[in-house]
Amino acid sequence: MSEPLLEVEGLVMHFPVKRGLLVDREVGRVRAVDDVSLTIGRGETLGLVGESGCGKSTLCRTVLQLLKPTSGSVRFEGREIAGLSRRQMRPLRREMQMIFQEPYASLNPRKRVGQIVGDPLRLQGAGSGAELRRRVGELLERVGLSPEHYERYPHEFSGGQQQRIGIARALAPSPKLIVADEPVSKLDVSIRAQIVNLLDDLQDEMGLTYLFVAHDIGVVRHVSDRIAVMHEGRIVEQGPADRVCEHPADPYTESLLAAVPVPDPRQARARRAGGRRPGS
Amino acid sequence: MLAAPLWASHVAHTGPDTTHTTEKITVDGERREVVSPDGASIGPVWFGADGRFFLGADGRLGRDEMVRLMYGGRTSLLIGVAAALITTFLAVVLGLLAGYHRGWTDSVISRAMDIVWAFPVLLLGIALGTALAVGGLQIGPLSISSGSIWIPILIIGFVYTPYMARPLRGEVLALREKEFVEAAVAQGAGPLRVMFGELLPNLWSRIIVLFTLSIANNMLLESALSFLGAGVQPPASSWGAMISTGTELIYSAPLLTIIPGTMIVLTVLSLNVFGDGLRDAIDPRSRVRLEAHAGTFEPEREGA
Ligand SMILES: Nc1ncnc2c1ncn2[C@@H]1O[C@H](COP(=O)(O)OP(=O)(O)OP(=O)(O)O)[C@@H](O)[C@H]1O
Ligand SMILES: [Mg+2]
Repeated sequence: MSEPLLEVEGLVMHFPVKRGLLVDREVGRVRAVDDVSLTIGRGETLGLVGESGCGKSTLCRTVLQLLKPTSGSVRFEGREIAGLSRRQMRPLRREMQMIFQEPYASLNPRKRVGQIVGDPLRLQGAGSGAELRRRVGELLERVGLSPEHYERYPHEFSGGQQQRIGIARALAPSPKLIVADEPVSKLDVSIRAQIVNLLDDLQDEMGLTYLFVAHDIGVVRHVSDRIAVMHEGRIVEQGPADRVCEHPADPYTESLLAAVPVPDPRQARARRAGGRRPGS
Repeated sequence: MLAAPLWASHVAHTGPDTTHTTEKITVDGERREVVSPDGASIGPVWFGADGRFFLGADGRLGRDEMVRLMYGGRTSLLIGVAAALITTFLAVVLGLLAGYHRGWTDSVISRAMDIVWAFPVLLLGIALGTALAVGGLQIGPLSISSGSIWIPILIIGFVYTPYMARPLRGEVLALREKEFVEAAVAQGAGPLRVMFGELLPNLWSRIIVLFTLSIANNMLLESALSFLGAGVQPPASSWGAMISTGTELIYSAPLLTIIPGTMIVLTVLSLNVFGDGLRDAIDPRSRVRLEAHAGTFEPEREGA
């Protein structure tokens, strides 16, 4: 395979904890991301799992330079982007997009759906009014909404539909990389599969590369080629999806796997029996 | 009715500054002098004189009180609205800059605001008003003569800016932490686009309420300044200035004070009610609530 799309090396993001009467004094640090290294090849999906608060969202933001990393390197298509200024990052933004954890909070409540999805196109200076509207309509249709939703406000949609709007917005500039930060964790179980399948289809169609985050290893397993397990800001295990799920090398991965609900009761019983020695 | 001053020139039979000292009018078939030889002016004649001198004349000069009320109201409203526009423009720009950039930009803007804030509004208004009413204003090529109506407009617009900028800055500070701002940055939006494209739409309903309230406050301040002689300069008139002249005759002709005062109160009151109504109309979420009550649309989810 040729050079990977994204290489993250020794990435560190510490938040200072400040306290003080007149002048803020640093009294400690939150090590949200601590020496993380990852590689994602073109067209590949890397699943990132870990419990709530382990630093997944912070890692996503740091990779996309929405937060300035404390140290470390992020290379996108071989180009170093860690430490670029916001202005220098702007032309690169269309290549890498993000889908947010909270669908509603990530949509401006005072903008119409057409504007929200159309803005990334407008930022690239693409198309006139009618042309723009047609392309937004196409994008809405592609994610399972209707072009008639153009004039509506985000709060008029259900959670699943709001996440579809977020996906359409991320697709608009035709990016290469999509960082999906727990795209389904805030959604009802019944519609999770729909959204995950949509993302899967889009990948096949457009040759997208995903960094797919979830706290539930069961969700990640279906979509990922490889899985990275994160614990307290560090990556504790990384490897092909099946290998990590069948033969976990780290005890923390095992505990995550044990938390996944198993639909088959016999299989579940067998797993419990394997965990505790029979007869004890 | 309160908007009548807007077309004052179409309904008035005479100019606001025209004196009718020597004229006589016919009231119910009886000839009467507008200003009697002993200096007392005619009181309200209601419909006795075909609408002329509806509210009587304003003392020794014998000017038609109703006409002055219309033109004075026009001045008061103009000052109120123009000053509110200045305040709003300054406050929105300063509030967005301070709230979005934080850091030293915020420190500079906020400290400057605090200095203006530290003076009582009326005191600052009088100080600036008297200074400028004497000397006029000269900024580069721009020069405003001392009697111009623009002087009270600029003073009032300036003096109230911190009172509007501060709540807006606070709102921006809260809004900028929302995820949709981060999403816009992730799309490649620059600071200007984030401020005016993302944050401003979320401020509109607040701005409109503050704007209408600000017109009301401006009119009150204008009255106070004009009453004290630091606002609108004669012969131009405003409701505040009319109260000021009215007080000279408060015992013989109390209506000359009460009527402009009532106009101010009514206008301020209706502006407040109007502001509230407008906020409800402009908020897309409250609109959904109304439609949902009417049974036409069931919102799938109220705001998070
Ligand atoms: N801006 C910040 N300032 C200080 N600490 C922060 C900041 N953002 C995140 N943290 C801390 O970093 C840690 C990781 O947070 P993060 O949001 O990345 O977790 P997460 O894995 O995404 O959790 P979840 O699954 O709940 O979304 C937390 O302890 C959090 O308190
Ligand atoms: Mg998170």
